[in-house]
Amino acid sequence: MADPALSGPASPSSQKPDSAALYRTVRLIRRFEERAVELVHDGQIFGGIHPYTGQEAVAAGTCAALRPDDLITSTHRGHGHVLAKGADPARMMAEIAGRTTGLNAGRGGSMHAADFGIGILGANAIVGAAAPIATGAAWAARCAGSDRVVMTYFGDGAVSQGVVLETFNLAALWRAPVVFVCENNGFATTTRTDDAVAGSITGRAEAFGIPAARVDGMDPEAVFAAAGTAIARARRSEGPTLLECVTYRYDAHHTWEHAARPRYRTPEEVDLGRSRDPLEIQGARLPEARRAQIDAEIEAVLEEAVRFALDSPHPDPATALDYLYADGTQARAGVA
Amino acid sequence: MTVLSYLKALNRAIADEMQRDPAVCVFGEDVRAAVTNVTAGLVKRFGDARVLDMPISEQAFTGIATGAAMSGMRPLIEYQIPALLFLAFEQIVNQAHKFSLMTGGQVSVPVTYLIPSSGSRDGWAGQHSDHPYSLFAHIGVKTAVPATPADAYGLLATAIRDDDPVVVFAPAGAMGRREDVDLSQLAPVPLGVGRVHRVGTDVTVVAIGHLVQAALEVAEELAETVDVEVFDPRTLHPFDWQGLAESLERTGRLVVIDDSNRSCGIGGEILATAAEEMHLVAPPKRVTRPDGAVLPFAEGLDRALQPTREQLRTAIQAVAKNGGAR
Ligand SMILES: Cc1ncc(C[n+]2csc(CCOP(=O)(O)OP(=O)(O)O)c2C)c(N)n1
Ligand SMILES: [Mg+2]
Repeated sequence: MADPALSGPASPSSQKPDSAALYRTVRLIRRFEERAVELVHDGQIFGGIHPYTGQEAVAAGTCAALRPDDLITSTHRGHGHVLAKGADPARMMAEIAGRTTGLNAGRGGSMHAADFGIGILGANAIVGAAAPIATGAAWAARCAGSDRVVMTYFGDGAVSQGVVLETFNLAALWRAPVVFVCENNGFATTTRTDDAVAGSITGRAEAFGIPAARVDGMDPEAVFAAAGTAIARARRSEGPTLLECVTYRYDAHHTWEHAARPRYRTPEEVDLGRSRDPLEIQGARLPEARRAQIDAEIEAVLEEAVRFALDSPHPDPATALDYLYADGTQARAGVA
Repeated sequence: MTVLSYLKALNRAIADEMQRDPAVCVFGEDVRAAVTNVTAGLVKRFGDARVLDMPISEQAFTGIATGAAMSGMRPLIEYQIPALLFLAFEQIVNQAHKFSLMTGGQVSVPVTYLIPSSGSRDGWAGQHSDHPYSLFAHIGVKTAVPATPADAYGLLATAIRDDDPVVVFAPAGAMGRREDVDLSQLAPVPLGVGRVHRVGTDVTVVAIGHLVQAALEVAEELAETVDVEVFDPRTLHPFDWQGLAESLERTGRLVVIDDSNRSCGIGGEILATAAEEMHLVAPPKRVTRPDGAVLPFAEGLDRALQPTREQLRTAIQAVAKNGGAR
């Protein structure tokens, strides 16, 4: 599926992977998700989460190839992207625990985490909805004379959403500096990718003249290399690229599945899917001692993140409509 | 008697209608695995030609249902979240809803749109917590919001049999309800016929969906001082204006509790119609979400924007005190 357009020079930031840094990000996301699932089970996280476990290589590899001033949009399964782009794990944990110290002051939660200060334009709870938003941001960046790139993540389920295909068309026409990252984790909830996608994911982009590549989404360094090429192309104003990162969702679609247990894949299939683990693939590239040191650092970071989140105050119900309008317009209450 | 849950009632209504009429089929995301449980067992019983898992293509499969309905099928679409109605809005309101009139009555579009767990379902935040039933009543699409398991069964069965598009909201706050029923007595419930759940003489409370239960509880709490009648319209369009007028003949006082945003919500329409046409001896009140509410994530904030029992109690007491004699 290699495209000649994908073999141009890589951007300066993406020439050589920093194996330890990539491992660190993968480990951070893995342990963040495991701690977050524990908090869901303990009743500390209202509503639950969509765990990113298993897909860490995609967020880690793509974000490592971005410049700090580049932008991303994320999905309902967004913790990994947000952490990889550099959000403070403590404020992220506080957000999903609904505290005032969270990234969105407890207003967004797991599916809407955003940190505009570091280029995170928000996770999004509607499948496919962020792709046009990312493309608009890319277009605006170019209007402003910047060479920023926007990376937008979505799942295999999103490639059947009309707005994503409409966005492919516009992004290609305008050569917008956007990179489409499709995380094909095998399923949209319980629906297998093959049962929902006619043709191929890469073929959808190619139909619009967008170069597309299938990438090993379990290997952070393979993702990093592919992302570097796509980002460089976007930065040179040569237009969008689609990366189909082939990965596997280790855990539930959403934590409700831990109780409801819908049957759509067998334990054997899950074991097989988990047999290539981004944590092990990247961990094997480091000396044992270095790996152990990073693991210990991450444990400390997450210990502090959980403590910070749970010690932080809950928002005051009287402020429930704060931020509704940019100019502070006050809405009428529900009862006179 | 059997204990019937609201969820099981929806499931049973679909199964019974599929059994009765081979034209009835189910469209939706993950309906075979039945992630919402509403479609549990249907694929096993009726086969995958009648229970179709859809890609995440709401506009397309909503429109496909319209075309199929014009051609002899009776599709029921399950949307996993209320906001998916916004994605399919054009296909429902500008296509399915308008064909009957625009074609001079040549065709009808019997599609049912079912939203299990509408409204806030606890912790799903801004994009998954809307309760847009008033929007469909405003447009004029037939709209049902059943409050009890028997009504969930009866209204869903009627919606499927109805020759027009019908949206059925099954509020998250009602999905856990159970009641003792005689299964052989379950029957279709006509659209446009309300139900008085509690007879009273002082104040009529119109409650919608899951708020019927809240209204009944508040009525019991206040029973010593105010005799509350609880009126459940069951469908918002068509609306049982006659039933409401009869209730207000008895009480002359009105409070509405409605999980819509305040401005242009169905609660406003009920107050306006009562003021224009019915017997009122005191200014009526409504308890709703605030204007333009977007539900924030944190639990305390999410709750703060939904109508509460306390607000209802206060509103009833105020309306009971105000105004002239009956
Ligand atoms: C437009 C839309 N339709 C349906 C849903 C309900 N939903 C949430 S996640 C999901 C599956 C998404 O699958 P995919 O895009 O592959 O992402 P994954 O969950 O696998 O990460 C569905 C159907 C939604 N949020 N938005
Ligand atoms: Mg997927």
